[in-house]
Amino acid sequence: MNALNIKKGSSSHSAYDLRDPNGEVIESHTLAVVVANESGVLARVIGLFSGRGYNIESLTVAEVDHLGHLSRITVVTRGTPQVIAQIKAQLERMVPVHEVHDLTAEGPSVQRELALFKVAGRGEARIEALSLAEIFRANVVDSSLESFVFELTGTSEKIDAFAELMRPLGLREIARTGVAALSRGA
Amino acid sequence: MNMQMTGAQMVIKALKEHGVEVVFGYPGGAVLPIYDEIFQQNDIRHILVRHEQGAVHMAEGYARSTGKPGVALVTSGPGATNAVTGLTDALMDSIPIIVLTGQVPTFMIGTDGFQEADTVGITRPCTKMNWLVKDTAKLAETIHTAFHVATHGRPGPVLIDIPKDVQFATSTYTPLQATKPSHYQPRTKADPDQILRLVEMMETAERPLFYTGGGVVNSGRVASTLLRELVAATDFPITSTLMGLGCYPASGKNWLGMLGMHGLYEANLAMHGCDLMINIGARFDDRITGRIKDFSPHSRKAHIDIDPSSINKVIRVDVPIVGDVTSVLEDVLALWKRRGSKVNRDGLQKWWSQIQRWQSVRCLTFKNSTKTIKPQHALQRLEALTIGHDRYITTEVGQHQMWAAQFLGFEEPHRWMTSGGLGTMGYGLPASIGVQIAHPDALVINVAGEASWLMNMQEMGTAMQFRAPVKQFILNNERLGMVRQWQELLHGERYSHSWSESLPDFVKLADAFGCKGIRIDDPADLDEGIREMLAYNGPVIFDCRVEKHENCFPMIPSGKPHNEMLLGEADTQGVIGAKGAVMV
Repeated sequence: MNALNIKKGSSSHSAYDLRDPNGEVIESHTLAVVVANESGVLARVIGLFSGRGYNIESLTVAEVDHLGHLSRITVVTRGTPQVIAQIKAQLERMVPVHEVHDLTAEGPSVQRELALFKVAGRGEARIEALSLAEIFRANVVDSSLESFVFELTGTSEKIDAFAELMRPLGLREIARTGVAALSRGA
Repeated sequence: MNMQMTGAQMVIKALKEHGVEVVFGYPGGAVLPIYDEIFQQNDIRHILVRHEQGAVHMAEGYARSTGKPGVALVTSGPGATNAVTGLTDALMDSIPIIVLTGQVPTFMIGTDGFQEADTVGITRPCTKMNWLVKDTAKLAETIHTAFHVATHGRPGPVLIDIPKDVQFATSTYTPLQATKPSHYQPRTKADPDQILRLVEMMETAERPLFYTGGGVVNSGRVASTLLRELVAATDFPITSTLMGLGCYPASGKNWLGMLGMHGLYEANLAMHGCDLMINIGARFDDRITGRIKDFSPHSRKAHIDIDPSSINKVIRVDVPIVGDVTSVLEDVLALWKRRGSKVNRDGLQKWWSQIQRWQSVRCLTFKNSTKTIKPQHALQRLEALTIGHDRYITTEVGQHQMWAAQFLGFEEPHRWMTSGGLGTMGYGLPASIGVQIAHPDALVINVAGEASWLMNMQEMGTAMQFRAPVKQFILNNERLGMVRQWQELLHGERYSHSWSESLPDFVKLADAFGCKGIRIDDPADLDEGIREMLAYNGPVIFDCRVEKHENCFPMIPSGKPHNEMLLGEADTQGVIGAKGAVMV
């Protein structure tokens, strides 16, 4: 740790890019890619990742501007700083891509994911699941005498943690949306 | 003016608006409406190929030799899949071409219809951009956008897939001028701060070097003019990749020759030893860099490229300059002159005397023979006998391609068409036809190996039909020469399937196509044979029987740095380690 208490491989707390461009540290970055919402555009973006051997940890996509027909793809990827820079450059040169933002490098951001959990059980386990859900501020969106469906919004880590707790309590299925993210501030 | 028309009519009208004179194509069920329109007009010439791959390579040859985009038209299914190799070739070498494919009607898409293929799906990774047009009202605008995308920024191939019902339906034509501007507007003007950093480095560098590539050709003729002016004014040495040959003349005073795996000794050692490398429109391809870790270890590097993703992709550079070569060279020249046209004269003088010592090695020396024709000798004679001609050269891929790059001199850009990035055997013959169609009175020679040439030899029919007097100069060693060379160096001389058995008699083959065949196997007859080829008014298949086991030198073995070049046979024992052997 240096005097500024900045974690190596992170620039999210500084206005300057403090990452070592020659570093071989593998980092996780969240990219926001604004694309023309035309046929095949998602395949094109995903094809870039698979074709060039880049990693996709999470991917979400939806049209965000119905008049301008623009979609926002949020993709979480991993790589060295050089690989991340290359992914950004490769995305930026694609014809239907309008903008690319590296939310991890450009400053603080908020990242959220929504997940649905189906937990089945009776007796103690059922009560335990419900009280843990309250602690995590998960909503019950469906219930039967033998099951709940919880809805939880939060960081991916929070969702992972909740899933771990539900596993011994009768977790049957999880559906996750993947990460949506925005930069903080105006 | 009535702008109501069918989709097929729109295709022809849009091509005319973009100044298209020639389309290379092959008809089929899904493009019949367009072919019907081609039949009813005389402005656009259609060249009927013999295989769709040929159509795309011809469009590439046309584009590379004119600087204008090439156009190919093929049918759905197999027509489109046969175009894939040409599209990939054009993507790797940044050649602007527009490929129009027919498609089954929209209501049949997804039903596995006859000659249906997911063309946009298949070609997405091998085009710069592609479109499936489902609505005739959007067809003209899509074609206009396609031309814009193919020719702006880093050029490349684009594809438009047009279902048959869209070709038949009637709608309103959108003229080019009424098309809304594309959001795709790549940056061409570079950051002045980076230009300043480069100029400052140029003023003090002791051992500077220009390393140029295909981007200079793509930027247009002015780029070559500016490059020549900059080289003359600074007196810096210059080398080029395979793709950039001709931008600086081979007869120029500062020319070091081609660099790379089979590049010249002086060019590669200059790359290794320079203290300032100025990359202009090249992309640090693995054929150029050799082992990355030891690539030009003592230099600061500037990289001029219109494609930001090329910068820092494989080699980290000190001065990234994103912009069009023409614009950047204008800015660099203007600023360098304004600051007093300074260079480090003392350093430069020492650098040149070092380079002259490397040049004195005379790395292209080969042992000639009076009994067999050495391929290098054949090319030297071809060069000597065609100098002064209005000459265009295409090649296939392999040893002959490297020898052609080493032994033929190019004085102007757009004169050298070769498959660099993809290395497509079978490229040269169709490309030569595309070049000849664009330049009917020029001398167009395809320097070929017999194995590559056979891959698309059906296109001799196209050459005959359209009276394209292309000269097929085949260096016939009855071997897949480059494969054989690698097997010798890397695989214990086990020549697995690297010879050409059951070859046709090329003279009889020429006879069968109705063109002229010449066979020469005695070095004493070579000049006369070449003269006969040049004098013949029509296509010629020249079967030049050469030495079968000649290896191509110099060579930087895979996985080795520039300063570990092999200059000849004596250097070749045990040169490539296990690590190098896995590389191609």
